[in-house]
Amino acid sequence: MKLIVCIKQVPATESKLTIKEDGMDIDRSGLSFVVNPYDEFAVEEALRIKERVGSGDVTVLSLRPHPAQKPEEALRTCLAMGADKAILLSDPAFEEGDSFSTALALAAALRRLSFDLVLCGKQTVDDDGGAVGIQVAELLGIPHVAVVNKLDVDAQARRIVAHRQIEGGIEVVEAPLPALITCQKGLNEPRYPSLPGIMKAKQKPLEIWNWAMVGVEPETAGAAGAKLKVVRVEPPPARPAGRMIPGDAAAAVKELVRLLHEEAKII
Amino acid sequence: MANPILVFCEQRDGRLKKVGLEAVGEACRLSKEPAREVIAIVIGASVGSLAEELAARGASRMLIAEDPALTYYSAELYTAILTDVAIRIRPAAILMGATAMGKDLAPKLAARLTSALIQDCVALKMETDGSLLATRPIYGGKLRAVIQATNPLMQIVTLRPNVFSPLEPQPARDIPVERLTVSFDAVRPIARVREIQKTAGDKKELTEAAIIVTGGRGLKVPENFKLIEELAAALGAAVGASRAVVDAGWKPHSYQIGLTGKTVSPQLYIACGISGAVQHQAGMSSARTIVAINNNPNAPIFKLATYGIVGDLFEVIPLLTEAVKKLRAP
Ligand SMILES: Cc1cc2nc3c(=O)[nH]c(=O)nc-3n(C[C@H](O)[C@H](O)[C@H](O)COP(=O)(O)OP(=O)(O)OC[C@H]3O[C@@H](n4cnc5c(N)ncnc54)[C@H](O)[C@@H]3O)c2cc1C
Ligand SMILES: Nc1ncnc2c1ncn2[C@@H]1O[C@H](COP(=O)(O)O)[C@@H](O)[C@H]1O
Repeated sequence: MKLIVCIKQVPATESKLTIKEDGMDIDRSGLSFVVNPYDEFAVEEALRIKERVGSGDVTVLSLRPHPAQKPEEALRTCLAMGADKAILLSDPAFEEGDSFSTALALAAALRRLSFDLVLCGKQTVDDDGGAVGIQVAELLGIPHVAVVNKLDVDAQARRIVAHRQIEGGIEVVEAPLPALITCQKGLNEPRYPSLPGIMKAKQKPLEIWNWAMVGVEPETAGAAGAKLKVVRVEPPPARPAGRMIPGDAAAAVKELVRLLHEEAKII
Repeated sequence: MANPILVFCEQRDGRLKKVGLEAVGEACRLSKEPAREVIAIVIGASVGSLAEELAARGASRMLIAEDPALTYYSAELYTAILTDVAIRIRPAAILMGATAMGKDLAPKLAARLTSALIQDCVALKMETDGSLLATRPIYGGKLRAVIQATNPLMQIVTLRPNVFSPLEPQPARDIPVERLTVSFDAVRPIARVREIQKTAGDKKELTEAAIIVTGGRGLKVPENFKLIEELAAALGAAVGASRAVVDAGWKPHSYQIGLTGKTVSPQLYIACGISGAVQHQAGMSSARTIVAINNNPNAPIFKLATYGIVGDLFEVIPLLTEAVKKLRAP
């Protein structure tokens, strides 16, 4: 089984974010970065599939989204978890894209590799798009199953059966390989890199590919190829100041019900 | 007339999802200057008669794609249908709900049409040339991005449920209904839904609920979760949980609200025994009214709360349940 996992390096979820002076982006200085949490499920699942099938390899693929980021570190973490090889798409032409231009570069890179299954996260926790994986599959002309929380791979019959969360239930979806899935929490419990794993990771290959090696025209990738441009980034509208309701439990509940009924008019 | 707005209205078992009507309402609001047609499209195996309802909520035309092959959702078949329609009618924008289906379909359709994709939008404005200015939460709702498509055609947008309002029902009127001929000869290898396993019971869906009651680790043991369920039953609310509760195995992941769970925008969100970590806030900070019940006055949830009660939830919740029952009693 040839398994490729697309991982993105993102700011840690507990980061305090500040907006840069131009109002167009966050200030990345001083932030700590991690593997996108959903992509950890994807790496873990790929490692488990390889272990179950008993052969194959796991390649982790990442695109540097911004010049101030070092996705090499995220890729090393995945190698330390057990992935065999890493590829970083790194070129100014790839940076600051939208979901489409990012997917275009990733799909172009994937065309240069052979794979049975591509695994992505359900969504990144910075762009919150939930789009890149699905768009990669479309650009490659392969089926996808998104938001997967249970997966069976039949290597012999070359197909997968995946459970995907929908409102009020689970869709059980079957797809032929090659295919792409996006991973949801619940799929597995990602392992922590072990100390020997971290040592071994230093010896594993990490290739860097520029636009010419990926084979995309620079004007179709990154910011130039994006279908969207950012007008501004802003804090969410401030919530109206809250009110603490004083008194003992009985008095407080009485007042709360009154407020919900008369002021907020929701009950 | 200026290019129309196409609204994909999701239906299951012949019933429209509420967010579809919200999207039709928003399309109507965007179609004032210049005037645009608002065309609703419904896809399924037996769509039934939804034209009246869509007309009442502002649609000026309806398209139906009906075929036994469409019993279950299929990203490939839906994309094929919508691509054909989009090429024919050249909409300025295609709107749909940011549901499990919408969030799956929109990226694929956008890649097929090489269009701009705006996921999980919470505010929209349309310029006279048709280009959209859209606001969407990023970084788990810690920030918002205002974005604009580079091409004012076929901009694909998913709308966060419960954020946009449907139009008040208008008096009955007839709108043109066109049945599309669907043919799926040339489609590629596809993922097929084999079955849908419905969640046991009639658990209310969190992303659609107007009221949500959630419980966290403050409940101490799983049996105490029934306090949450009783309050929810009294309010007709959906039940959610923090990740601490889900990770402890008290409730399945479908209950989880937050960064690695569901994103919800109810009218009322009642958080009981939940500290309000940023990762939890990521899923609920756009709720209209937030009530927090927690015995620690410094819990971060109180920073978001519209109304806060510092107290023991084992005392407060039963009283609240009783008070709601009394208020609701005929
Ligand atoms: C990558 C990542 C993703 C995450 N995703 C999510 C997510 O999607 N959703 C999510 O919820 N969390 C998520 N978390 C976890 C999050 O950081 C918190 O750990 C979690 O939300 C805590 O759950 P809790 O509020 O139930 O528990 P706690 O933080 O333990 O809070 C329990 C609260 O109950 C109160 N309490 C205790 N006893 C009582 C009583 N008798 N009466 C009233 N109040 C009482 C306490 O004061 C406390 O505030 C994520 C974390 C990470 C790192
Ligand atoms: N820059 C990137 N490099 C590698 N994979 C990415 C990148 N951006 C997004 N992805 C993949 O696509 C998924 C969805 O991303 P998004 O559409 O941004 O939510 C992520 O979980 C990753 O698996």
